[in-house]
Amino acid sequence: MSTRQVGEKVQRREDPRLLTGNGRFVDDLGRGALHAAFVRSPHAHARILDIDIGDAWELEGVEAVYTWEDLPGRVAEPLPVLIPHPALTHPRTGYCLATQEVNHVGEAVVMVVARDRYLAEDACARIRVDYEPLPPVVGIPAAREAARLVHDDVPGNVAATLLQEVGDLESAMAAAPHRLTLDLAVERSASTPLEGRGVLARWDTDDGSLRLYSSTQTSTGLRAAVAAKLGLPLAKVEVVTPDVGGGFGVKIVHPWPEEVLVPWAARVLGHDVKWTEDRREHFVSAAHERGQLQEVTVGFDDEGHLLALDVRFWHDNGAYTPYGIIVPIITATQLLGPYKPGAYRVEFWSLYTNTVLVTPYRGAGRPQGCFAMERTMDAIAARLGLDRAEVRSRNFIQPEEMPYDQGLMFQDGRPLKYDSGDFPASLAALKALVGWEDFEGYRAEAERAGRRVGLGIGCYVEGTGVGPYEGGHVHVETDGRVNVATGLTTQGQGHQTVLAQVVADELGVRLEDVHVTTGDTRAMPYAVGTFASRGAVMSGNAVALAARVVRAKALRIAADALEVSPDDLEIADGVVSVRGAPGTAVDLGTVAVLANPLRYAFDTAAQAATQFAGTFDPQRPPVAEDDEPGLEGRDFYSPTQATFANGMHAAVVETDPVTAEVRILRYCVVHDCGVMVNPMIVEGQVHGGVAQGVGGALYERMVYDEGGQLLNASFMDFLMPYASEVPHVETDHLETPSPLNPLGLKGAGEAGTIPVSAVIASAIEDAEGIPIRSMPISPPELWALRQQHAAGTVTAQEGPS
Amino acid sequence: MKPAPFVHHAPRTVPEAVAVLAQVGHDGKVLAGGQSLVPLLSMRLVTPGHLVDIGGVAGLDAVEVDEAGVRVGALVRHAGLERHAEAADALPLLRQAVRHVAHPAIRTRGTTVGSVAHADPAGEMPAVLALCRGTVEVAGPRGGREVAAADLFTGPMETTLEPDELAVAVRFERFPAGTRTAFAESARRRGDYALAGVALAVTLAGEEVTAARASFVSVTPVPDVLDLTPVLAGLALPELPAGEVAELVRGHVDPESDIHAPAEYRRMLAAELTVRALRGLRDEARAGAA
Ligand SMILES: Cc1cc2nc3c(=O)[nH]c(=O)nc-3n(C[C@H](O)[C@H](O)[C@H](O)COP(=O)(O)OP(=O)(O)OC[C@H]3O[C@@H](n4cnc5c(N)ncnc54)[C@H](O)[C@@H]3O)c2cc1C
Repeated sequence: MSTRQVGEKVQRREDPRLLTGNGRFVDDLGRGALHAAFVRSPHAHARILDIDIGDAWELEGVEAVYTWEDLPGRVAEPLPVLIPHPALTHPRTGYCLATQEVNHVGEAVVMVVARDRYLAEDACARIRVDYEPLPPVVGIPAAREAARLVHDDVPGNVAATLLQEVGDLESAMAAAPHRLTLDLAVERSASTPLEGRGVLARWDTDDGSLRLYSSTQTSTGLRAAVAAKLGLPLAKVEVVTPDVGGGFGVKIVHPWPEEVLVPWAARVLGHDVKWTEDRREHFVSAAHERGQLQEVTVGFDDEGHLLALDVRFWHDNGAYTPYGIIVPIITATQLLGPYKPGAYRVEFWSLYTNTVLVTPYRGAGRPQGCFAMERTMDAIAARLGLDRAEVRSRNFIQPEEMPYDQGLMFQDGRPLKYDSGDFPASLAALKALVGWEDFEGYRAEAERAGRRVGLGIGCYVEGTGVGPYEGGHVHVETDGRVNVATGLTTQGQGHQTVLAQVVADELGVRLEDVHVTTGDTRAMPYAVGTFASRGAVMSGNAVALAARVVRAKALRIAADALEVSPDDLEIADGVVSVRGAPGTAVDLGTVAVLANPLRYAFDTAAQAATQFAGTFDPQRPPVAEDDEPGLEGRDFYSPTQATFANGMHAAVVETDPVTAEVRILRYCVVHDCGVMVNPMIVEGQVHGGVAQGVGGALYERMVYDEGGQLLNASFMDFLMPYASEVPHVETDHLETPSPLNPLGLKGAGEAGTIPVSAVIASAIEDAEGIPIRSMPISPPELWALRQQHAAGTVTAQEGPS
Repeated sequence: MKPAPFVHHAPRTVPEAVAVLAQVGHDGKVLAGGQSLVPLLSMRLVTPGHLVDIGGVAGLDAVEVDEAGVRVGALVRHAGLERHAEAADALPLLRQAVRHVAHPAIRTRGTTVGSVAHADPAGEMPAVLALCRGTVEVAGPRGGREVAAADLFTGPMETTLEPDELAVAVRFERFPAGTRTAFAESARRRGDYALAGVALAVTLAGEEVTAARASFVSVTPVPDVLDLTPVLAGLALPELPAGEVAELVRGHVDPESDIHAPAEYRRMLAAELTVRALRGLRDEARAGAA
């Protein structure tokens, strides 16, 4: 009997390859390809007056220099608005190469193609672009004030504004016995995958077809976008994602200008062309996230129950909106977390600035929403002198209230309806894990030793696994090898392991016989992409459904061959046998042979399927009317709505009384993502998420100066935490299966990141007794905050509004 | 981020290296471990026409320990110095400090002499060289010379080395008998250039302090030495006048504000690190006495 794979801590099958340097990333491919490099805008906001290519051409090995003027047809048109929304009244996107105006430092203006990257950069250095600088809009206050505009035809710099309201906010607020207002701020950060973006285009002149390798989170989306831009039939475009060294959101945006220009140039030049983004380019020309200013007013009763919650926030969307307003929509809706807010009104303004565009980064608007909600919870507890966990628990949605409809529209245009979750149980587990009740004793002991410690907490709910769909294709070869394909892409999450686990169980085969392909439009042309913690939920269920199709077919064919009823058969370790009579059996490889009637025998196994083998019924056609040859099957999973995972984190921090350095002493996570296909991978995802969360809480920010120059566009000055800065993460899991999908899964990819800033702020506030209203916070900032506090320029308590 | 074109020279001997340097003059740069120079080249912040790669030059890779101190050749990597037990015995400060230079991967390539030649005010080893009154051995077209640390550093990333000169070694001098040393720094992330750091040498006669000196990382334009003897001489370390020490340090350092920390914070940090390093020495002395 094969052991069940789902639920096991199976070692990641991709690791030996990746850890021994045998991964194949875009930059490893395309030997002999020409290399592209770009002249990028040094100005945040400027008109392009003239481009002087000068003697760039004269460098031996330079093959092409392109400006916007050289671009034909749709390549010269603005990039698409990928996710339109009625509230996005003023969408703006850039061009593949800037034409009249540049709107952020790093925007591509000229493309050079040369024999190698060195030469391409030498040529770039010879090109002179004459700019007329325009006043830049940098930072949310400047965007909001709108004394200057990013786009002349976008009044107030407002790309979108959206108001949602549930209940009668005004009267609920007026009737509330207590009210508080908090002004909050979250800084920018970014996905910063270790592998930047990259594209390799191979134009086949004989075939008139294009193969594009890209470090993307969506191969099908990119395929459609590039085919449309280049005017090619879809049938002539293939997109393959090789190994990808992290995405975290930034690679879901498509097509990036380079993803259009590189294949276009390959076609024009009749030669492979490659572009590998360097780190500086990534900082100034990919995407950032997070930057928001928030104003929360809350009304509550003497017990700390929320009665009314009024949130207004201003979201910095950067220079363009190709990905629509998904991030602020998620903030507005997921802010509510596990709580019942009473009456709720949320309104946001998504604002243009002359900075790198803003698109989802792991957590995607949730960390900001969680920050707003959790800071509010702590403020209520402080005001009423109640335990912080108790205030949260009093506002929880109870398990028996599931499914719970928050009455809002979620990012997929569907109701924000929680399917399941047991928040009181999660909180109980967290309190036990961190030792919530014993903390005051620990604090007193630390104080006696001259140390300052604090405890923080944060809760979140995450809508995961949004549609529209993903597909699975399962194919059994005649030697028993099982090929599984799904179209969403993988960036290191372990899909080759977890999807194999699912198929091994569903089909009854050994894990090592299952081989998974992701993100290759040749293997699965229908797919959406990897984002919103949807890989396991969407493709996991899709491959399970596809495996069930194949299993049914295998049973039918084997039943015929063994002359028994399919109901009497079972499949284990790749062998179909009669239940209770293991001697009567046929292996899946042989079933695959029988599934494909042949005229020609290519090996001895195949002889059994040929026309003179006597294995068929002469009264029936070799392939039945409702059947297809081959032991394979395909199915799609398309849910009616997202499934909602949740988690609660707690941290113990120590702050240095003199230097204000912050150390995370403990970090505890309780996490519920429904059924865990592979608990080890779930924990790995949580650890990685917490690491990125710690970056956002204590280290990372995008330091723009007033002129819109990014002052820390390198890993020397952008302080992504090292392993030495990331605490050991203690985890505990609840498994509340989702009722929405066959496997009971919920997503786990972004979870770890979401509450970290809120939790660390809560812990620092607890240690210091000073309200923390802005994250990230550095030791110099905490040090300065202490001084302001001592001088009475910040108050410990929010005034009633 | 690819360097502009350059000619790569690979001399095998010091005279050859010096000859090439003399020939290319201001258009040349010595390439040692490359951990500072290569990023600058890749970002095209420097674009020398010639790189004189000393990686293959014979005889520059030795650490030699004698009565006077520790001589470190120009191809000794930070990691080699860190591991060198005899050097650590002779001058514990070397290991105390070099452990704070970057991360293991960088210490495996970066050279200690390169660090000194680069003269980054955020570098640990220039501060150590200054504190122990070390010297740099220089070879050049005009012959060899020795430059004392006090005469070497003229400003951030500036030294009295000429473009056609090669630093062949640095000599770290032993401290007087009875000296205890400490090194402390604070960086945003482990291994980063410090926001502030301090190297400390306290000489004791029995319990009593006879001399105390400090040099700093990231808070002074050049690693000049602060004499703490006036506030500490004659005291036993347990009587540490923390306030006076901090005051002296705050007056001595001259930090700049940058995106990572304002000057006032760095000033506070330098003072606090010095006091804590002194406390550490005190506790060490107590533990030694017990
Ligand atoms: C991520 C990172 C973090 C770092 N963190 C730190 C840190 O915390 N503290 C620190 O001190 N350093 C740090 N460094 C720098 C590192 O220590 C360098 O190795 C060192 O500063 C220079 O040594 P090198 O051998 O690499 O010199 P190179 O990079 O080869 O050269 C540096 C400069 O010195 C000149 N030079 C080198 N050798 C000689 C010589 N023999 N004669 C004359 N001129 C010479 C070169 O011409 C060049 O101008 C870091 C580097 C990196 C990449």
